[in-house]
Amino acid sequence: MYNPQLNAQGQLQHLLSIEGLPKRLLIDILDTAESFVGVAEREVKKVPLLRGKTVCNIFFENSTRTRTTFEIAAKRLSADVLNLNVSTSSQSKGETILDTVNNLIAMHADMFVVRHQQSGAAHFIAQHVPPHISVINAGDGRHAHPTQGLLDVFTIRKYKPEMHNLRVAIVGDVLHSRVARSEIHALTTLGVPEIRVIAPRTLLPTDVEKLGVQVYHDMAQGLKDVDVVMMLRLQNERMAGALLPSTQEFFQTFGLTPERLALAKPDAIVMHPGPMNRGVEIDSAVADGKQSVILPQVTYGIAVRMAVMAILAGGNAA
Amino acid sequence: MNILIQQGRIIDASQQIDRVADLYVTDGKIAAIGQAPAGFQADQTIDATGKWILPGLVDLCARLREPGSEYKATLSSELHAAMAGGVTSLACPPDTDPVLDEPGLVEMLKHRAKSQALAHVYPLGAVTRQLQGQLLTEMFALTEAGCVGFSQADAAIVDTQVLWRAFEYAASFGYTLFMRPEDPYLAKNGVAHDGEVASRLGLKGIPAAAESIALQTMIRVAQATGAKLHVARISTAESVALIRLAKQQGMAITADTTIQHLHLTEMDIGFFDSQVHLKPPLRTQRDREALRSGLLDGTLDAICSDHTPVDDDAKLLPFAESHAGASALELLLPLTLKWAVQAKLPLIEAMRKITHNPANILGVAAGSLQSGAVADVVIYNPEVEWRVDGRVLKSQGKNTPFVNHALTGKVVATLTQGNLVYQL
Repeated sequence: MYNPQLNAQGQLQHLLSIEGLPKRLLIDILDTAESFVGVAEREVKKVPLLRGKTVCNIFFENSTRTRTTFEIAAKRLSADVLNLNVSTSSQSKGETILDTVNNLIAMHADMFVVRHQQSGAAHFIAQHVPPHISVINAGDGRHAHPTQGLLDVFTIRKYKPEMHNLRVAIVGDVLHSRVARSEIHALTTLGVPEIRVIAPRTLLPTDVEKLGVQVYHDMAQGLKDVDVVMMLRLQNERMAGALLPSTQEFFQTFGLTPERLALAKPDAIVMHPGPMNRGVEIDSAVADGKQSVILPQVTYGIAVRMAVMAILAGGNAA
Repeated sequence: MNILIQQGRIIDASQQIDRVADLYVTDGKIAAIGQAPAGFQADQTIDATGKWILPGLVDLCARLREPGSEYKATLSSELHAAMAGGVTSLACPPDTDPVLDEPGLVEMLKHRAKSQALAHVYPLGAVTRQLQGQLLTEMFALTEAGCVGFSQADAAIVDTQVLWRAFEYAASFGYTLFMRPEDPYLAKNGVAHDGEVASRLGLKGIPAAAESIALQTMIRVAQATGAKLHVARISTAESVALIRLAKQQGMAITADTTIQHLHLTEMDIGFFDSQVHLKPPLRTQRDREALRSGLLDGTLDAICSDHTPVDDDAKLLPFAESHAGASALELLLPLTLKWAVQAKLPLIEAMRKITHNPANILGVAAGSLQSGAVADVVIYNPEVEWRVDGRVLKSQGKNTPFVNHALTGKVVATLTQGNLVYQL
């Protein structure tokens, strides 16, 4: 089947979504990331793999955190980095997405890291760049956030290497979450046998079961005996659309508290893509507790993004 | 002026004719089939050996974009596209800018269309002013100006009191209401069918129930008020079932679907292909099969093109931001015949859905080769094989979800009122 992420040789040309990514490529990214974890601990935190290349962060939607991790990842690979916050500049002047992209192509950028509020925006840009340019999706609407999905499975693999024997629960606003979709695809690709989603019906996409997950509306049942709890961020805007009555009730019913976490396996790990809403989806005692791997996720996120960039640069150079 | 079209296979659902014969045209009217009328001397002879001779198509929904969106298409470009597609009569919905809610606008459109002397243009007036669903338009004056029925295009009438009164008022004069059912709240911001594909792609969905809930209300209101309801552009299996039931109960209701919905499903969105962004959205395979069987058993009366030319820039955007619609006037006939072949349906029955039936729904004399009828005639070469390419469409809208689809057959000539206005 046609896959817009791969070139004719089956190498990674763009990273747009985890869906459709062959397992061998996914493992390749994770293994490469492993080799970059140590770079940050060296005195000189740099490798010269992207020297002379220009990485352009195009953020049509604001995000300091994700943009920063991509920036650090590119700089550790010795690339030149250009940050563009389009939400505050050209788009408000009526420039189209393609105008913006074509301008950056004319400036000889080699790699685009793109975030956009519309699902499919990264695919759209990838269709309209010349073949020597790679596009990395840093989050498009509700569709995908593949580097987040990769860093999440990288973190899980670190703590729970037996992926074939895991029970994972994803909790919260799956409907609006590109992170959840990428996590689900990454986990299923790596052969995790049981993935649960726990949320009220209003926060689950239609036919979510068809993504290969089991649906729970009750934390006590859903968390029972799981190895990994992946929390999702709940946006405050969700209260406006009659999706939930209040953040308080959400915390009462779906918030991760120490008591609820006790239902999971005793060595279960707790993850969150950040930024966290303490007291809305997660209790501080859990977020800062000994089962939390939320900060290691951030650290690994840089290594994973370095790996993606290095593989894309290598694929394009070959 | 006498024209003889020789030895083509004449397929006319209005007379139940499907045989090879000569067609005689005199002074813009059909004079006879088979036997030459007394004293007939052909001024022009067209050899149609090996070709089909069809009545001009009648399309229940084609947007010409005039007035207001001339950058997307013009009357001239779209009426030429209609000729290339063999569509000689078309109804256009009122969602122009300004909206067709005033007699002057309708007169202007009719006048401009008439001066082109191509397809017959039958405007549908707005049911409510500005399509806002609040105040009724002057339906009588609009009808006097040339409207053949009333529509809300893609806009809803949210207030059921207004809906009720609009139906009552239209029923007083016997006007037909061409309504596309969609609950605007359930459909809010939606761009794709609410199902597996939209969930995977992270696109905001429009549930099938958005259509059936609105349809149920319309059917009930039409039953209570006695209004003539034509249900336009339905997309779901549930809608087919509701209309089937209404017909079984003896209600005088008619319905159509679009040629896009007859062939495509949500799966065709692929990797966010904005050409496949349509309104209503493409549904599941099950829905498509239900639409097809609905056409076969007579639940659905017609197939329309839902022709919606969109400029390139408006499609060169991420899926949800792109404008919905497909340019389809030139594809309606070959795609209908493709369906007929796939469904093993006699050609005459397939033709009925795009000629005789829609003409009856509009209440206009069209879609027939009966003697005395206006000579709107299409000559079709059923042999030629080709692949769809948006760039070669005559329509100013090059937007088609059927890119690269293999089709068999093409219009080689179109006559309107006895004038040969298009030749391949």
